[in-house]
Amino acid sequence: MNLTDLSAAELAARLAEGEVSSVDATRASLERISAVDDSINAFLHVDPDGALATARDVDERRAAGEELGPLAGVPIAVKDIIATKGLPTTCGSKILEGWVPPYDATVVARIRAAGMPIVGKTNMDEFAMGSSTEHSAYGPTRNPWDTDRVPGGSGGGSAAAVAARQVPIAIGTDTGGSIRQPSALTGTVGVKPTYGGVSRYGLVAMASSLDQAGPVSRSVLDAALLHEVIAGHDPMDSTSIDRRVPDVVAAARRGDVSGMRIGIVKELGGEGFQPGVEARFGDVVELLTKAGADVVEVSCPHVEHALAAYYLIMPSEVSSNLAKFDAMRYGLRVAPDGVDAPSAEQVMAATRDAGFGDEVKRRIILGTYALSSGYYDAYYGSAQKVRTLISRDFAAAFEQADVLISPTAPTTAFKFGDMMGDPLAMYLNDVATLPANLAGLPGLSVPSGLADEDGLPAAVQVLAPATADDRLYNVGVAIERMLQEKWGGPLLAGDPEREVRA
Amino acid sequence: MSEQDAAGITRADVAHLASLARISLSDGELDRLAPELSVILDSVAVVSEVADADIPPTSHAVPLSNVFRADEVRPGLTPEEALAMAPAVEQQRFSVPRILGEEQ
Repeated sequence: MNLTDLSAAELAARLAEGEVSSVDATRASLERISAVDDSINAFLHVDPDGALATARDVDERRAAGEELGPLAGVPIAVKDIIATKGLPTTCGSKILEGWVPPYDATVVARIRAAGMPIVGKTNMDEFAMGSSTEHSAYGPTRNPWDTDRVPGGSGGGSAAAVAARQVPIAIGTDTGGSIRQPSALTGTVGVKPTYGGVSRYGLVAMASSLDQAGPVSRSVLDAALLHEVIAGHDPMDSTSIDRRVPDVVAAARRGDVSGMRIGIVKELGGEGFQPGVEARFGDVVELLTKAGADVVEVSCPHVEHALAAYYLIMPSEVSSNLAKFDAMRYGLRVAPDGVDAPSAEQVMAATRDAGFGDEVKRRIILGTYALSSGYYDAYYGSAQKVRTLISRDFAAAFEQADVLISPTAPTTAFKFGDMMGDPLAMYLNDVATLPANLAGLPGLSVPSGLADEDGLPAAVQVLAPATADDRLYNVGVAIERMLQEKWGGPLLAGDPEREVRA
Repeated sequence: MSEQDAAGITRADVAHLASLARISLSDGELDRLAPELSVILDSVAVVSEVADADIPPTSHAVPLSNVFRADEVRPGLTPEEALAMAPAVEQQRFSVPRILGEEQ
């Protein structure tokens, strides 16, 4: 039995039965990272000592008969934008190279309390800005299905680590699709919970009104198990929702869509979507209909303008949030060339030029422009109004349907460099995912199969009303079961091994 | 603000924005960013045509209210922890470059 082939739920069951120890499972994960990460580059930091110490502790507590959480002893990886006490957190940026936070994010504290060994921090586009993980200051992550292709972004490291079986499960963050889009491109499951459903305390903020942490996994049930660990009210985050978390694990075991109303969002498909992606989406619609769901077409007309609103709101918040990287209290400090006794302002400007990559600079400048006097109403103010219109569209759509579905990403994984020269083309990768961030809705991406034209994973996205995250898991697991029956097993049981075999 | 203005974002505009954002950009970066920003701004300018004056703006998907907590002394970072990652430290303080210019 290869421990790294097991899903988080399967591994947890064996741990609970005492068939394997957490130390063995964690060692297997660390060995797999050593064996394949040269070709994937999913990890920026690996922490064997910390992970094994947690694993030993969990094994001892289990042996002593202590009642442990459902994922106790299951190794996990955490995206490098999330603060981990004593473990470097760089956000994929030179400006935070070597920064070690003095505190844990709430998500991390909950993972530690659940007894999950954190094996390392995963690679990402710098400050989560990108859709391909090519914008990391520490080199790109490669897609395990084809190492000449991107794993998506910005959470490409987390998605690739799960797809390449380096860890059974990981944490990502999703501002415009950065959990769901890389999940789609790597054949994994990715969930963006309801905004405010998972604490953002200790997430290095990119765009505060949009950012949300969530699970990346190899099955819908695994994602639900982790969702339950990390979700719930946190007094440290003023935007955290103070109400009971829906029973997502029960929903992920149910998978009954008969009588459910499922809406296909007309505007999230068609032009710009790869034929193979659309064909696999069609298969899912057919299966849902056969399973007794009432599939209807719904229209969200303002979704057409979501990309424009997003690319004003996000950089505006970026320009504000990244002002804290000022070379004064932590991070890089660079003195300007040829200046005697430079001022704080000169040091700040020189540091930010040296420490930030091109995409980060572009977004800061764009946000500074959108918020500047004279342009504020036309750009930022109008974008916030479009946000209202999009939320209203979704509210109307949820009158007609219990959940909404669409393809997750318009294309399968593209080749390195293909979109780097054209920011607009890169931004289009998030076209189907970012409306949910603007409206604060939960979204789940589940593999829909392989596109005919390139044999690469495609995915379907499920959206639910805010705080109804359980609906995602019910529908997601139904899709997963029906497709796996058709394929004769999980999508990931196949191809990725080809590229990353040790 | 018309689309023509957005398309016309100049190298000098970018230099001004960069100074507001406290980033010193190289000549090459200024040359590259001006046309890139123009293209992006052109494509997003549509928002001003979509949104009517009577539509309320949404800044947050979740309604927010101010959050208060009791003014109590609680454990925080020690001075050593707070200063551990500082670029420069002097006498248990963050050491920073001069803040005021020559004329101040």
